[in-house]
Amino acid sequence: MALLEVTDLDVRFYTEEGVVRAVDGLSYEIERGERLGVVGESGAGKTVAGLAVLGLIDAPGRIEGGEVRFKGEDLLSASDERLREVRGGEIGMVFQDPEEALDPVYTVGEQVAETIRAQTDLAESAIRERAVETLDRVGVPDPRERYGDYPHQFSGGMQQRVVLATALACDPDLLVADEPTTALDVTIEAGILELLDDLADEYDLAVQFVSHDLGVVAETCDRVVVMYAGRAVERAPVEDLYYDPKHPYTAGLMASVPRLGADRDRLPTLPGSMPDLVDVPPGCRFHPRCPFAEEACTKREPPLVDASETAADARADSHQAACLAYTGDLSGDLDFEVEVRE
Amino acid sequence: MTLLRARGLTKHYPTEEGLLDRFLGNRQWVRALDGVDLEIREGETLALVGESGCGKSTLGRTLLRLEEPTAGSVYHRGDDLTSLSTAEMRARRADLQYVFQNPTSSLDPRHTVGELVGEALDVHGVARGRERDDRVRDLLETVGLRASHANRYPHEFSGGQRQRIGIARALAVDPELIVCDEPVSALDVSVQARILNLLADLQAEFGLAYLFIAHDLSVVEHVADRVAVMYLGELVEVGPTEAVFSPPYHPYTRALLSAIPEPDPLWEGDRIVLDGSVPSPVDPPPGCKFHTRCPVASEDCGEWESHPDLESVGGDHAIACPYYDRVESTFGGD
Repeated sequence: MALLEVTDLDVRFYTEEGVVRAVDGLSYEIERGERLGVVGESGAGKTVAGLAVLGLIDAPGRIEGGEVRFKGEDLLSASDERLREVRGGEIGMVFQDPEEALDPVYTVGEQVAETIRAQTDLAESAIRERAVETLDRVGVPDPRERYGDYPHQFSGGMQQRVVLATALACDPDLLVADEPTTALDVTIEAGILELLDDLADEYDLAVQFVSHDLGVVAETCDRVVVMYAGRAVERAPVEDLYYDPKHPYTAGLMASVPRLGADRDRLPTLPGSMPDLVDVPPGCRFHPRCPFAEEACTKREPPLVDASETAADARADSHQAACLAYTGDLSGDLDFEVEVRE
Repeated sequence: MTLLRARGLTKHYPTEEGLLDRFLGNRQWVRALDGVDLEIREGETLALVGESGCGKSTLGRTLLRLEEPTAGSVYHRGDDLTSLSTAEMRARRADLQYVFQNPTSSLDPRHTVGELVGEALDVHGVARGRERDDRVRDLLETVGLRASHANRYPHEFSGGQRQRIGIARALAVDPELIVCDEPVSALDVSVQARILNLLADLQAEFGLAYLFIAHDLSVVEHVADRVAVMYLGELVEVGPTEAVFSPPYHPYTRALLSAIPEPDPLWEGDRIVLDGSVPSPVDPPPGCKFHTRCPVASEDCGEWESHPDLESVGGDHAIACPYYDRVESTFGGD
């Protein structure tokens, strides 16, 4: 049994413009200690998928179907009380903007202590001790002295470390990290990613890493799910995905990233833009932008199927893609190449 | 040919403090720019990189006198821009344009796209009436929008399209230089690629020069002819892109480059993680401003009277660190 099993997750938002199908039939699992990247562009549904796991979808949004099983327990039918216990306890969370995650009127130490207090029956002195230890673990220098400092006295990178401390204070098994380094400079980002790496190794922590940044995902994750317009279009171990993408969208995305040392005058681009999720194209949602689309693509919605070339590759950690090329319904071939290194 | 030349450009802001502090003369100054010398050449793309708070945007804005410099000069066609009158400077802005990072907040939501782009033509008296409307339509098509978009409002467009509107506005007056302040950092990768291609096309067609302010070094390597690296209001390295991205390096440049997350799961590089964050520009470290975080600093670096000057290390490539050769001997070539 995987640590987290998400099956056929369906999240909709009921807006004035219509029903937004933010996540539609999404399935994935995360094993203990595994780092799963969820990548895609704005509007792909990757953040909503993370929030759904945490039971944090609020009106006008609603989870309309599917299952979220964490250590076998169905979180979608769990009580609010149980969900509060899980959040901050067995599942930690880190979001993009540390300034929003931290309360400006409480000291950073108190904010870490608060999550410990909510989850344990420790005495005050022990809670304080554990908060100091956690701050130390995430690399806040002089944690005992800085315990009483307020968030504004910290730089952005240090604030994000404090947020990480609140997420990790109760030794979670899973961390949901949504663009945790996007607001930070590369030099600071490098430090946070290294820290996440060390902590994940040391505590066998699983991470659902939501990001638009293909570089960060390459560095951080073991496996990746690529999302497009609310659906998973490709799932693969990270190396397979980057070196041998199977879905035309993934290939297009990989090709459009500027890479160091690549001597290209122009960047290959995808035409068009992400569809409006109120009114998604029929058939394959990517077909209006896909250079390989055929008549069939406008009619049939491709399932996520095995896309490995040989039977030997088709193992448990198989490479899956949602494209009619892999169900035998396409008359042409997908003809793309991605060069990772020159 | 040099298009714009900055000499000793300096910008200090007062920090926001209470009335009492001001009364008692306790006013403190943020030293955003400290005597920057820089030139931008005709038709080139010069990238300006560095961490947030290093003064990149202040330099871009001060060069075009969107902010008044505290000291120093900016020369354009033989004139010092800092001594021009407001009216003279307004006329000069037809040659020197600015595109902002956030296309949503830089476009007035109450005006149609046609009005927004046409405004620049009106202000500079470039075209009127029918000719003006035709020119607006041409410009929209030039940046990859449709002429019929002229009647729509900014909120009807996506982020990438809004950035195109910002670019059309800048192009309207036929400038020589556009300062692009993080023009793609708010955009998704696939959209980013299209805007970068558009900027390249426009440069080829109109012979534009860009000052490209960015923090993403993979983007910079792709677009720039030359690169200037900033740290705490000082330039620490300037040179042709290839030279800046290969040894010899300023230790700060080397650290920045090593921190780039490569979209390659098998990539293995030696990462130099810098300690701490950028010190406060209110009270920058003495001597070399980078010495507090520098992986190759020695004791004397903090004792110099001022930040080291840029010294040529070959041709056009200059580094502001007398000990730059330690970088390679400590960390290797790439």
